[in-house]
Amino acid sequence: MADKRIDQPTGTETMGHEWDGIEELNTPLPRWWLWAFYASIAWAAVYVVLYPAWPLVHSATAGVLGWTSTGQLEAELQQQRAARAPLMRAIADTPIEQLGQHPQLMQAAIEGGRAAFKVSCTQCHGSGAAGSKGYPNLNDDDWLWGGDIATIQYTIEHGVRQPDHDATRMSQMPAFGKDGILKSDQIADLVAHVRTISGQQKPDAASRRGAVLFEQNCTACHGPDGKGSRAVGAPNLTDAIWLYGGDADSIAHTIANSRYGVMPRWGNHLDPVTIKMLAAYVHSLGGGEQAPKPELAEAGATNNGRP
Amino acid sequence: MAAPEDLIGVGKKSLYAKREPVYPQKIDGRFRRLKWLVMAVTLTIYYLTPWLRWDRGPYAPDQAVLIDLAGRRFYMFGIEIWPHEFYYVTGLLVMAGIGLFLVTSVAGRAWCGYACPQTVWTDVYQHVERWIDGDRNAQIRLAKAPWGPAKVAKRMTKHAVFIAIALATGGAWIFYFADAPTLFRDFVTGQAAYVAYATVGVLAATTYILGGFMREQVCIYMCPWPRIQSAMLDEKSLIVTYKQWRGEPRSRGTKKAATLEDLGLGVGDCIDCNQCVAVCPTGIDIRNGPQVGCITCALCIDACDKVMTRIGRPRGLIDYATLDDCAIEAAGGTPKPLWKTVLRPRTIIYFAVWASIGLAMLFALGGRTRIDISAQQDRNPIYVRLSDGEIRNSYTVKVRNMEARPRQVEIALDGLAGAKAWSIDGSRESAARSTKLDVPADSVAKLKLFVAAPGSGAAKEDFSFKVRSLDDEAETASVESRFERPEAGQ
Repeated sequence: MADKRIDQPTGTETMGHEWDGIEELNTPLPRWWLWAFYASIAWAAVYVVLYPAWPLVHSATAGVLGWTSTGQLEAELQQQRAARAPLMRAIADTPIEQLGQHPQLMQAAIEGGRAAFKVSCTQCHGSGAAGSKGYPNLNDDDWLWGGDIATIQYTIEHGVRQPDHDATRMSQMPAFGKDGILKSDQIADLVAHVRTISGQQKPDAASRRGAVLFEQNCTACHGPDGKGSRAVGAPNLTDAIWLYGGDADSIAHTIANSRYGVMPRWGNHLDPVTIKMLAAYVHSLGGGEQAPKPELAEAGATNNGRP
Repeated sequence: MAAPEDLIGVGKKSLYAKREPVYPQKIDGRFRRLKWLVMAVTLTIYYLTPWLRWDRGPYAPDQAVLIDLAGRRFYMFGIEIWPHEFYYVTGLLVMAGIGLFLVTSVAGRAWCGYACPQTVWTDVYQHVERWIDGDRNAQIRLAKAPWGPAKVAKRMTKHAVFIAIALATGGAWIFYFADAPTLFRDFVTGQAAYVAYATVGVLAATTYILGGFMREQVCIYMCPWPRIQSAMLDEKSLIVTYKQWRGEPRSRGTKKAATLEDLGLGVGDCIDCNQCVAVCPTGIDIRNGPQVGCITCALCIDACDKVMTRIGRPRGLIDYATLDDCAIEAAGGTPKPLWKTVLRPRTIIYFAVWASIGLAMLFALGGRTRIDISAQQDRNPIYVRLSDGEIRNSYTVKVRNMEARPRQVEIALDGLAGAKAWSIDGSRESAARSTKLDVPADSVAKLKLFVAAPGSGAAKEDFSFKVRSLDDEAETASVESRFERPEAGQ
């Protein structure tokens, strides 16, 4: 049995425990500390009844209050949705051309579009909307179908080259090589011309032959100077931006086989407010244009350019 | 099963000790008066500070000291601290820490004895107790008395006053965090924020519990500072000391002492009147030497001096003295003069560190600009090729206007030949080397800036954004950034 005694230097009673000459003194804790300890035990008992506590095989005990972290999250999300509802209604009620006159609405639309873009668009256009070969870069100032906000909205809503949908953006370039319209040396001449008008090489005999072929085959869509036409979605061949590459091989491949990139018509999948917000976001990326180009207005009557 | 008492021996101490109640006796003297003064000053600062006004113009609050948590601003008279300048507050805290070191090495636990809120509020509560229940002996009698109408009435009165003080304490705190007059009106009309009532409730509860019940136990069991102080004191620090060499052996009463002296027996000045124990707010006996329970409030010095004067002995049997001086005096020498105790390498070094931090902060405060710029290059995508072959990068530029008035600034490109910038509201046609921006008072304006530069050039080119305020101050700031182009062939 432990040997209790008074420790002489301190005058304190020992606990009777001794390890290699080191003794434990009984320095009493204050009694209120003990009550605080009991109170925390009582609190724990209450907590275990009220909240999920004991881990079972598949889940934990539910607790009388029925609180769950997912339930709390859902409630908070619900709250956020409710708080956002008036803003969403305001965006829905504002014609897209007038969105720019309401900076706060515009900012909200851009942020909403940024979120929606991550869900629906990044698969092709990339998370920064920089695109890749065959998928347009939405940050630049080159637009196939037009870069004002309403036109962007139309393109998103109706998609590109969607079958069985009259309002879709539709254009098709002939496969000049595959369909036997031009021979391969003629295609090479055309390539030389296209690379000349885009400033990538100096004019030479081949490019001069190509210019004649261009006049005969390409001007209907790309225009006499090769600057393209947004009404028919024909790209500008004189600028620095190439959807499928501006090197000779890529251009030759494009002329010989044509290209046929498609985009879903998001009007089928997304609600109008989301599409509006997506248009605002894409328009905000740096290439957004202020007003419709005159040529679009001219061609609008005969084409499916704009509604 | 055995009762806990049986496990540790019959009649011996329990593992848990009941609090020994402390009934400090009323005392007057030099140090008591000093304590009154410190209490008056600290409580006045605490209660009045939020009500001081300071005109900062129409765009900033007019409260002299305001911690605006929601707006993330700290106002202190003419100084406004932004979150990124929080190092000033850190510096103040470091100064407070070193100041405590300094005070401790000079005068021991002076903070504990005079200025600590726990001491001040305990003092207030003990005065209330003496006012309602009477002095020490009356309080002891009342505690032992059976419950009756008089005792119930006294206890109810006492705790009502305690709770009123607690509410006033908690109530004053919230005014540091919002406009005091507005908050006061909202608070009494029940329109203040829930958190205001909760804060007052929590602080009132802690004041009531810590000042009304826990008292010296906070110092002995809960506060880490006494332990730290024990390590910071040395034999050259002024602490409240019982001069054992002079007091021992104790005698009971002056007559007995005279008799013992006549008999040629040794006798000390201490007549064991126990006054030093009676006045102690933490209930210790200073004659047992330096101990963790002593907060050096020096009330025992007042009590002992009074007794020594009455019995015709020199004052200072209990006194502020260093352990070194005590040893010198015990050996019959003369203690060092006070200035030598105060001015020694340790205190001088503490003071030098303390003062140089303060001077450095004042210097920094005097030279700080109230405008700042930061630029974040957008990384996704890093660059965009434009149709005319130029390359565009985009940047999120933030301009911070720390003045309490709106300012117009000009953001200009510095370096990056041939580049032009335009904001998201502008267009490339309007691009220029600089752009203007209106920054509201006391806030940060964010601007998405597009910068286009010729397509030929280094893949990575460094340049700066410079901001200049378009007012009389013409304050400037700049931030380095980088323009990136595709590698050749891309």
